[in-house]
Amino acid sequence: MTVKRPPLLTFTAPIVAVLGACLGFVTGNVFGKPWVGFLIGAAIGAALATALAQLDGVARWKKTWGTTALFGLAGLIFGGTGGLVGGSVVGLCLGWFATWIGSGRYRAGVPTYYTAGQTLWHNTFLFITALIFFFLVAPLVPVMWLSFNAQDFFTFTPQMLAFEAEGYSLKHYRNFFEGGGSPGLGLIYGTIIGAAVGGLLQLLPNAERGVGKVVVFAIVGAILGVIVGKMWGVSGAEWMTPLKNSLIIAPFATLISVSLGTLAAIGLSQSHVPFRQWIMAIMISPMIVPLIISATGMFFFYAPLGNWLEATLGLNQSFVGYVKVILAHAVLGVPFVIITVTATLVGFDQSLTRAAANMGANPVTTFFRVQMPLILPGVISGGLFAFITSFDEVVVVLFVGSAQQQTLPWQMFTGLREQISPTILAAATVLVTISILLLTTVELLRRRSERLRGLSPG
Amino acid sequence: MSDTTTSGPMLAADGTPLKTSLARALRRQKLRALALIAPLLLFVVITFIIPIASMLLRSVENEIVSNTMPQATEALQSWDASSDTPPDEAVFQALYFDLFRAAEAKEHTKLGTRLNYEQTGTSSLFRTSGRNLDKVGEEWQDPIEDIAPALKDGETWYAMMSGTGGEALLESRRALWNQMVPGDFGGDVGLTLSTEIIELLPLTSAAYADWAIFEALEKGRDVSSRDPWEAVYAALGLDLRAEATVAAVNAYQGPHADDLRLLTANLDQLPDLTFRDAFADLDEDWLDPEVWQTIQIYSPSYTSGYFLNAVDMEKGPEGAQARPDNQRIYNKLFVRTLWMSLVITASCIVLGYPVAWILANLPMRTANVLMILVLLPFWTSLLVRTSAWKVLLQQQGVINDILVWLGFVDDANRLILMNNATGTVIAMTHILLPFMILPLYSVMKTIPPTYLRAAKSLGATNWTAFWRVYFPQSVPGIGAGSILVFILAIGYYITPEIVGGTDGVFISNRIAYHISSSLNWGLAAALGTILLAVVLLLYWLYDRIVGIDNVKLGG
Repeated sequence: MTVKRPPLLTFTAPIVAVLGACLGFVTGNVFGKPWVGFLIGAAIGAALATALAQLDGVARWKKTWGTTALFGLAGLIFGGTGGLVGGSVVGLCLGWFATWIGSGRYRAGVPTYYTAGQTLWHNTFLFITALIFFFLVAPLVPVMWLSFNAQDFFTFTPQMLAFEAEGYSLKHYRNFFEGGGSPGLGLIYGTIIGAAVGGLLQLLPNAERGVGKVVVFAIVGAILGVIVGKMWGVSGAEWMTPLKNSLIIAPFATLISVSLGTLAAIGLSQSHVPFRQWIMAIMISPMIVPLIISATGMFFFYAPLGNWLEATLGLNQSFVGYVKVILAHAVLGVPFVIITVTATLVGFDQSLTRAAANMGANPVTTFFRVQMPLILPGVISGGLFAFITSFDEVVVVLFVGSAQQQTLPWQMFTGLREQISPTILAAATVLVTISILLLTTVELLRRRSERLRGLSPG
Repeated sequence: MSDTTTSGPMLAADGTPLKTSLARALRRQKLRALALIAPLLLFVVITFIIPIASMLLRSVENEIVSNTMPQATEALQSWDASSDTPPDEAVFQALYFDLFRAAEAKEHTKLGTRLNYEQTGTSSLFRTSGRNLDKVGEEWQDPIEDIAPALKDGETWYAMMSGTGGEALLESRRALWNQMVPGDFGGDVGLTLSTEIIELLPLTSAAYADWAIFEALEKGRDVSSRDPWEAVYAALGLDLRAEATVAAVNAYQGPHADDLRLLTANLDQLPDLTFRDAFADLDEDWLDPEVWQTIQIYSPSYTSGYFLNAVDMEKGPEGAQARPDNQRIYNKLFVRTLWMSLVITASCIVLGYPVAWILANLPMRTANVLMILVLLPFWTSLLVRTSAWKVLLQQQGVINDILVWLGFVDDANRLILMNNATGTVIAMTHILLPFMILPLYSVMKTIPPTYLRAAKSLGATNWTAFWRVYFPQSVPGIGAGSILVFILAIGYYITPEIVGGTDGVFISNRIAYHISSSLNWGLAAALGTILLAVVLLLYWLYDRIVGIDNVKLGG
């Protein structure tokens, strides 16, 4: 889209000068002279706008980054490393803003008939929304940054801010990953087993054949192998033991909620279900009832149940502890499975099952060969929700579990309450990475499901 | 079909009437659906609904007082709580035998802790008294053993008390033990009391039966050769003090009757001790009518006491009354929880609305990328986000550092953003924001953008078009998101616990405190029940406005 360039003297220069004045005010404040900064900033802004307007034919990004570099350099000369960062930020803001205003791109998003006021509002609105997005994501950045702190502090040290190498270290990560078996061995075993399973599946009648599947199985096997190898024989480690507990509890809880939940969702999606509303209400209730109340109720329920299991059936105390936590987490995951799977089943064409039955398939075959592949994305994303619910859960495990079942969030919670060490931040960074990976998985699955159902081309 | 059957019902292929056949098919379908649902329903009911229900029950249950002190609470029934005098000797006597059993089974401290919730000081009263009850019994034991040395011996006692026909008493005493320590007292005691001795020495028989049951079933010892505990001697002293017993003992012909006659002959050597004085010796507080008022008020098996406590009231002799001002915390806490949840919901609406609007109105590809920015915090562990806010908000944290560096805040008085209500509101707004954006987005997605354009082409300004056309259609989304956020906020525990300090905590933190620190489980259950009632009410509203089936999860 081609847009008209606004006049320099009556529009671009004054507006950039206003931003320059604001930034100058802030910069001046650092040195205790805000109003001097205000005037200098305004002058620099106007000068920059004029200068950039003369550079015709230079790409916008070149102008922006050129300004950034210039300001950064100036900052470096006047204020060292801190000045470099500050100057670069100021330069980036000002340079981007000047080219954006100067080239007239600010009108790109609005119809040509918009008045100046409407355009201003439109851009302000976009700016506010960008700030909200910043608010959503930005808090995670300092956590990741601080996790490389060389000191045992929750706060930035001067060395970190000056970007000196001695201010950074991986010791919190070493702390976090301390203890445990050999992930390398697990990797080898896992890859081999994964590839073997993938290969064997190729031999099944009616299997889709292809090398790609074997590779996928090998990769999944490798990932699982690394995890199992690392967790093998962990005990007494400060962070690996809780992680191991989480990795024991969450998959079993997920398995229970997904298997029971999928069956029930299929039952609920039939056309004639008596008391459907009530059944739905009961099954959704673990999500609605505040966790603290669920935890209180379960605390009163599971303590005597555990004692009974230990006394009457003579079961191992730690085993009973795991069973209690797994059951408690499984019930918390149920609503998520129910909701996602019923939502998927809404789009499921029931005549497909009738068609399968017509062709002589029994209900079990129909389920596994027709219905399951189609609702699988919903089941998997429900399972992911259930997994995250269990993996991220603190309150219930705090009440129901004993010290032997201490999970990763529990350890983080005690750590945060007593502020033990920034290893929590290393753990947090690992968790953020995992959640990014999971998010990508879900997004890919969603696209695949839409493609399968022909909802969108893409 | 109707050509062949001109009259009568329509028939299915197998000859049954079509109506019956259809009904059968429908029934089969229903059953199959229920069979699929049943396992999960059963699982949820057993592991979730029943625990919640048992929690509700616990908020009114109060059996510990009457179970631990069955005789004393019964004797106390007739005492007039409004009188300023402690109850009479009969109550103290019952208290002694009840408390003795409880102290042996180490249950008296639990009762003390329970009553301590209602009246401070009761816990130590029960603990110290329970420790010294033996001494009261020894006041009788020593002279009795001096007069009749044979009674030093457990075998003498066993021979004296044994006989036939006393099973009923043993069973009734066993029932009392089972009430106090549930389910522990089954099996053979190895003792049958004789009917004659029960008639002759009723208190002694009861005390001896108590001891025998505890000795045989709890400690696993043979009762025929062991010395009974001190309370039995006290009971014997009491029995012999009665006029009728002396005459009856003289006529008694059972085993060791001569030992008993030795005692009746030397009655003047037995102490003339009342239990009331004995307890007053142990602790002056036993003469305090307030202690007895508390015990009497809380002797019924069910109590509204916990609920009254949860709304800053207490049970007095004249019924429910407000607590003194300095003890009122829960009403304030409930109001604060509701108020802060409202503030959080409002800030979520303010921040979530523009984001949802942008997501719904941008082209699909851009919106999907931005959606990831919303879903990333949603998928990130709650503790990660809470720790992020701890890093940002603390006094040496990122926000304060930046403000100090820029010179807006003096280094000496950094802003206090954490450990107060501000911290809780900021952190929880961030944490719950996705729960507002996602329902809003799914509603806004269904509003055709052409409506806005139509409004504008009819001459509406941007604002009018938005306010009169777009906004009313997005209200269901605001409603759904608000109730979701509010329900989640009202029961939050982790975040207020970490960033809330003392001013920013919710009622849920208090519940957790009562569960894990103060161990006042009944009060925790009552607070939880009230919270649950509020949430269920909101849930009902949510169902009315949005419908449970329409709950959407992002993605």
